[in-house]
Amino acid sequence: MEFLDPVLLARIQFAFTIAFHIVFPGLSIGLAAYLTVLEALWLKTNNKIYLTAFKYWLKIFSIIFGMGVVSGVVMSYQIGTNWSVFSDKTGPVLGPLMGYEVLSAFFLEAGFLGVMLFGMNKVGKKLHFFSTLMVSVGTLMSAFWILSVNSWMQTPAGYAYNDVGQFIAEDWFEVVFNPSFPYRFAHMVTAAFLSTAFLVGGVAAWHLLKERKEKVKNEAARLMFSMAMWMAAIVAPIQLFIGDMHGLNTLEHQPAKVAAMEGNYQTQKGAPLLLFGIPNDEEERVDYAIGIPKMASFILTHDFDGELVGLDQFAKEDRPNIKWVFYSFRVMVAIGMGMIAIGLLSLYLRWRGKLYDNRFIQKVAVWFAPSGIVATIAGWIVTEVGRQPYTVYGLLRTYDSHSPLDAPAVAASLAIFVVVYLLVFGTGIVYTLRLMRVRPGEKGDVADEETKVSAPVTISSRLPQNSTKSSEEEAE
Amino acid sequence: MIDFALIWAGLIAFAVLAYIILDGFDLGIGIMFPFIKSKEDKETAMNTIAPIWDGNETWLVLGGGGLYAVFPLAYSIILPALYMPIILMLLGLIFRGVAFEFHWRARKSQHLWDKGFAIGSLVAALCQGIALGALVQGITVEGRAYAGGWWDWLTPFSITTGVALVVGYVLLGSTWLNMKTTGHLQRLARNIAKVSGTATLGFIGLISLWMVFIEQQYLHRWFDAPNIYYLFVVPVLVLTVGISLFFALKRERDVSPFILSISLFLLSYIGLVISFFPNLVPPSVSVWEAAAPDNSLKFLLVGAAFLIPIILAYTTYAYWVFRGKVKEGEAYH
Repeated sequence: MEFLDPVLLARIQFAFTIAFHIVFPGLSIGLAAYLTVLEALWLKTNNKIYLTAFKYWLKIFSIIFGMGVVSGVVMSYQIGTNWSVFSDKTGPVLGPLMGYEVLSAFFLEAGFLGVMLFGMNKVGKKLHFFSTLMVSVGTLMSAFWILSVNSWMQTPAGYAYNDVGQFIAEDWFEVVFNPSFPYRFAHMVTAAFLSTAFLVGGVAAWHLLKERKEKVKNEAARLMFSMAMWMAAIVAPIQLFIGDMHGLNTLEHQPAKVAAMEGNYQTQKGAPLLLFGIPNDEEERVDYAIGIPKMASFILTHDFDGELVGLDQFAKEDRPNIKWVFYSFRVMVAIGMGMIAIGLLSLYLRWRGKLYDNRFIQKVAVWFAPSGIVATIAGWIVTEVGRQPYTVYGLLRTYDSHSPLDAPAVAASLAIFVVVYLLVFGTGIVYTLRLMRVRPGEKGDVADEETKVSAPVTISSRLPQNSTKSSEEEAE
Repeated sequence: MIDFALIWAGLIAFAVLAYIILDGFDLGIGIMFPFIKSKEDKETAMNTIAPIWDGNETWLVLGGGGLYAVFPLAYSIILPALYMPIILMLLGLIFRGVAFEFHWRARKSQHLWDKGFAIGSLVAALCQGIALGALVQGITVEGRAYAGGWWDWLTPFSITTGVALVVGYVLLGSTWLNMKTTGHLQRLARNIAKVSGTATLGFIGLISLWMVFIEQQYLHRWFDAPNIYYLFVVPVLVLTVGISLFFALKRERDVSPFILSISLFLLSYIGLVISFFPNLVPPSVSVWEAAAPDNSLKFLLVGAAFLIPIILAYTTYAYWVFRGKVKEGEAYH
């Protein structure tokens, strides 16, 4: 098995397991926040429709969260099995940050998850809400710490070396709040919210499309669709702004990554913004390029004739893989633009009072249900492949980071991971889709009867008017 | 003198012990699953742990993450050395973990996920025991890296410790079920507890004697004067607890068999700590050699001192919410 490079296999294994993993915590962050909002609105207004939506998404959340836990435990051990030199060298700096993630986030989520999922009839409403809130806070704290760790690997700061060659912290504040951390944290949490909003919006749109054949209005689906479209209209443009800031920060600290993102082989003034093209490493140019002249320079330097550093400034062995970065970046940006367009369309339709009647936006929303997840993975490919050939950018090479690996062992474990993940998480996704096919408010999904709506709802202007009546009809 | 490395060795030891006891009874229930015949009983058994298994497993993440943080050298030696048992354990935990949700979502394939729950639990427990045995035997280290082969972990001793941990987890699981259920499920649990309790005591004796032949250090630690005069208390306590366990089971007590089973684990664990100390990776890497620099230890200790009591408080609360016997068909699903 001489021909198998164990380090490449270990990289593929890490990429595969973490790409699967990130989907679940990403959605957990978004869904936990969404559930918190729904439960808060239910407690505030006592409108049963919020409880219906809450219980609907709680079931889906519990599957997704479970898959996030088990795929996450794998990550916490795989760093040691496959990347032991990296573990030894970075442990004193990154280990404590991960330790804080476990202590402040994982225990909090796990501790209150049981009450959140199973405790509705065991504790009071307020304590139950508090549990939901704590799970949501836990997911955000987890994002805080793990993105700090990842950002330090991209833009290391506040460190020194000790006499056995380990990184040690000189200034913990600089370690935690390293230069790219605020941007990456904001970008990822926003991505998690958007992914969830489009998933919720897509499921709601699917039920709205079916609503035409049904006799009653699907109030819960309308609520979900409305909330999702508000998120699209408001948060998607914010994400564009955050992404732009993040890009500028990357240009400052990792110019080779930005050059790969832009497909910019030669250092040039007035670089075009390439919409599409095929990077050609041999000839060091982008074939079939379609672009907007001078736009890349303008976006990145705020000057149409600004100079952009190209890949020619970096030795070949110091460059990331251009194709992965270039294409993934375009996938992410295209999806982001699509989200913004849907958000704008929703605003127009809302203004015309046709949000729930327009079939076009509903069909597009169904197609966009997994868009946030795809964009999240694409974005991570951009930033992680773009960090290569280093694990700690500029300081520790990937080929100096691995364990004493044996190709057959890594190949075997990789094969088993692929089979098990496709089987287990594939099945989990099927079960999730099955839950999403159930009509919100359907039998077995109806909110408890004792919580009847008594007073008119304060935000009824954007809600369907006759929610009490139709919920009762649904229950029959 | 007490220093930061020792404090952290104590905290990691505590996390690992908490994991073994807490996830031990979860995994034990998974291993016993094939012996529980009816669907209703299976679901009741699963529901006794459904709200808490995730928190229990988090101690494993603290054990791993904590080791990476405060003893990075140990982390980077032990994990490659135990590559295969650890990967298999992780895969076992995947099947075990998703079964809690998939059981309720599956239609035709429900029995398959129930098998996954049982086999996943069994594999995870077996691999944890094998990993422990491999650690006890000692790990070959050169410089700052693992220098042994890919199959070093596989020996008659490590297989024995693997089986022993499986049996021990069944004891924890069965006494937990005895505490949390009623009727014939409780009777079944009590019978399994009697068998697994006997086997557990046998394994504790066998492994304790075997250990002193494996490594001189263990022999001297236990049998040299003056250690032997006060360390003989440990085996005497094990015997006392074992006998009490059988009387408690015979008198059909609810809670005390579980407490006594935990005590057996606690005593065995103390025995291991006595054997290992001051090594973290036997036979050559000590707690101090493996420790991260003091400023890393201090930085995390500030948070740990503040957060661990809070964690223990809300974990206790979560257990308290779901206290008492679990009735058939009592779940949110």
